[in-house]
Amino acid sequence: MTDRKIRIMVAKPGLDGHDRGARVLARAFRDAGFEVIYTGCHQSPEQIAAAAIQEDIDVVGLSCLSGAHRYLFPRIVELLKEQGADDITVIGGGIIPEQDFPLLYEAGIKAIFTPGAKLDAIVDWIRTNIVPRN
Amino acid sequence: MYFTKATLDQSAELTRKWEDEVRRSAGTAAEQKARWSTVSDLEIKPLYTPEDIAQTDFARDIGVPGEFPFLRGNQATGYRGRFWTFRMFAGMGSAKDTNTRWHMLLKGGQTGLSTAFDFPTLMGYDSDSPKARGECGRCGVAIDTLEDFLTLMEGIPMDQVTTSMTINPPATALWAMYCAAAEHKGVPLTGIGGTIQNDMLKEFIAQKTFMCPPEPSIRLISDTVEFGAKHVPKWNTISISGYHIREAGATAVQELAFTLRDGIEYVEDVIRRKGLAVDEFAPRLSFFFNAHIDFFEEICKMRAARRIWAKVMRNRFRAQDPRSWWLRFHTQTAGCSLTAQQPYNNVVRTAIEALAAVLGGTQSLHTNSLDEVLSLPSDHAVEIALRTQQIIAEETGVAGTIDPLAGSYFVESLTNEMESKASEYIEKIDAMGGMIAAIDKGFPQMEIADSAYRFQKAIDAGEKVMIGVNKYAAGGSYGIPVVELDEQVEAGQIERLRSAKRKRDSRAVRRDLDDLKAACKTGQNVMPFCIAAVKDMATVQEICDVYREVFGEYRDPGLY
Repeated sequence: MTDRKIRIMVAKPGLDGHDRGARVLARAFRDAGFEVIYTGCHQSPEQIAAAAIQEDIDVVGLSCLSGAHRYLFPRIVELLKEQGADDITVIGGGIIPEQDFPLLYEAGIKAIFTPGAKLDAIVDWIRTNIVPRN
Repeated sequence: MYFTKATLDQSAELTRKWEDEVRRSAGTAAEQKARWSTVSDLEIKPLYTPEDIAQTDFARDIGVPGEFPFLRGNQATGYRGRFWTFRMFAGMGSAKDTNTRWHMLLKGGQTGLSTAFDFPTLMGYDSDSPKARGECGRCGVAIDTLEDFLTLMEGIPMDQVTTSMTINPPATALWAMYCAAAEHKGVPLTGIGGTIQNDMLKEFIAQKTFMCPPEPSIRLISDTVEFGAKHVPKWNTISISGYHIREAGATAVQELAFTLRDGIEYVEDVIRRKGLAVDEFAPRLSFFFNAHIDFFEEICKMRAARRIWAKVMRNRFRAQDPRSWWLRFHTQTAGCSLTAQQPYNNVVRTAIEALAAVLGGTQSLHTNSLDEVLSLPSDHAVEIALRTQQIIAEETGVAGTIDPLAGSYFVESLTNEMESKASEYIEKIDAMGGMIAAIDKGFPQMEIADSAYRFQKAIDAGEKVMIGVNKYAAGGSYGIPVVELDEQVEAGQIERLRSAKRKRDSRAVRRDLDDLKAACKTGQNVMPFCIAAVKDMATVQEICDVYREVFGEYRDPGLY
């Protein structure tokens, strides 16, 4: 049971190209021993949901710095749910004003990390909250 | 030689004395840390002396402003003749919203305009594209047709104010709109001035706003350079940008090297593809650098940039016109140095970064607003940022003397070091076969990823400090008002787009787009066809769809 690694997909939804955070995190997850898939920029919610299901992902980490998280993050959770994949945890980060947190939590985003979050803290959250599926 | 032998001998002797004194005091006043380095991790020494620049030749390497190698500036009169252009990057919501902000800035003493477009416009999609959902007007102004563009330029004297447009893959379409808008207002193309960013290489390297693959992307850029050289002589057709390379995590040396190597790639392409002589277009190339928080490193980077480019243009490309040797640049303070925590501290950071840009000799400057790390900036925050520049220009006295740090042992030594490290990178990329080849290999992308990761680890470990984030983080959780975008912007913009499409002559648009497609295939310059198309109300996406169809789309290789 325990030998299966956590599979994480770091995804950049929308048209935003600010990928510094996403790429740094992808590397931190790899160094933490997770299996990492990084989608690259400019993925549609549909592409992200389909890839997460196809790749048997445990947790999807969304990164958005354009302000479009209000639409994109909930849309991805919704698409996963529609396809019976609501056991995939979705977390997010980027430039997310605090007043948007309730909207995102209510939509099913499980954790939100904003600038200043330490890499270790994000890795720890995943280790604590994600059990690799079999 | 910069110094006489006697001075160097004295310097060596005094330095030895000083070193003895440092050793003696190590017990009581040891250095706080073993290694001191710049924000880019270049190691710096506690003291610089004449020996550090013993090989520097005054006339050859330093000289005076307005003379080769332009280390000290392009203009003989520096800021005494004219301050840098106060150019605040602005755009949000609809064209009307942005036009209002622009008028506020001009009234506040801004001297040039700079356009921020929203992501759909930046990526060549119309506001009604499914790909645009949730993005319309968020990070900048939404522009779909010439009608929007005319609203944007309402009341702007296009023959007096220069406008910069941060636009890359759809640069031909937006520049065509600018040209068409000028004509609409009765201003000839020879009378307009401004800049299109139009630098695709740094998109593949860092900013990731890409559409077509590198080769055809460069071809479209060379089309604009040629069109500008022949018809719009006061326009800067490329703003060769290090800003985004730095924001993506590059060091100052990487920013310097990759930017200048990108510049070399463009010059080579225009000469090869268009057969223009270097002096016919090189004076209209401009640059764009980041002003990060490490004060001296930034100043030295900008000074080194001017000297390297002057040598490249004169020696490598045999340019004869001194204006081809000039590296003219815009600067923006570093967004990535700002913190969401204790946001008022950002005013201080921006002021110091802006001062570095001025001491580095920038021609144009954007100062970030304190709240940009959270959202689009508020009117009040923008005003403080603009005033920061005006205080530097008119109160501090730094504009009175040209390149006042020249001759500093430290500044000249660090300038030399950055030039030499950047030149190593440039040679390495030359050996790879140029920048497109290097991008295909993922070389600059991975160099930047390494630097970004190293920096984040250093922050997490507390080796590098960001006040309010990993030091002195306690308290100060005072909030600032965050600008919220009107959710109606998207619906309003889509309605304007539909109405513009209803009113236009669709057959004329179809014909224009077919002509553009043919030009793409035959290698004719696309600019006249773009101008014709936008005048008939072809949309940004319709033009870009032609490019996508003919040239194909580039996919992010997702390197990390």
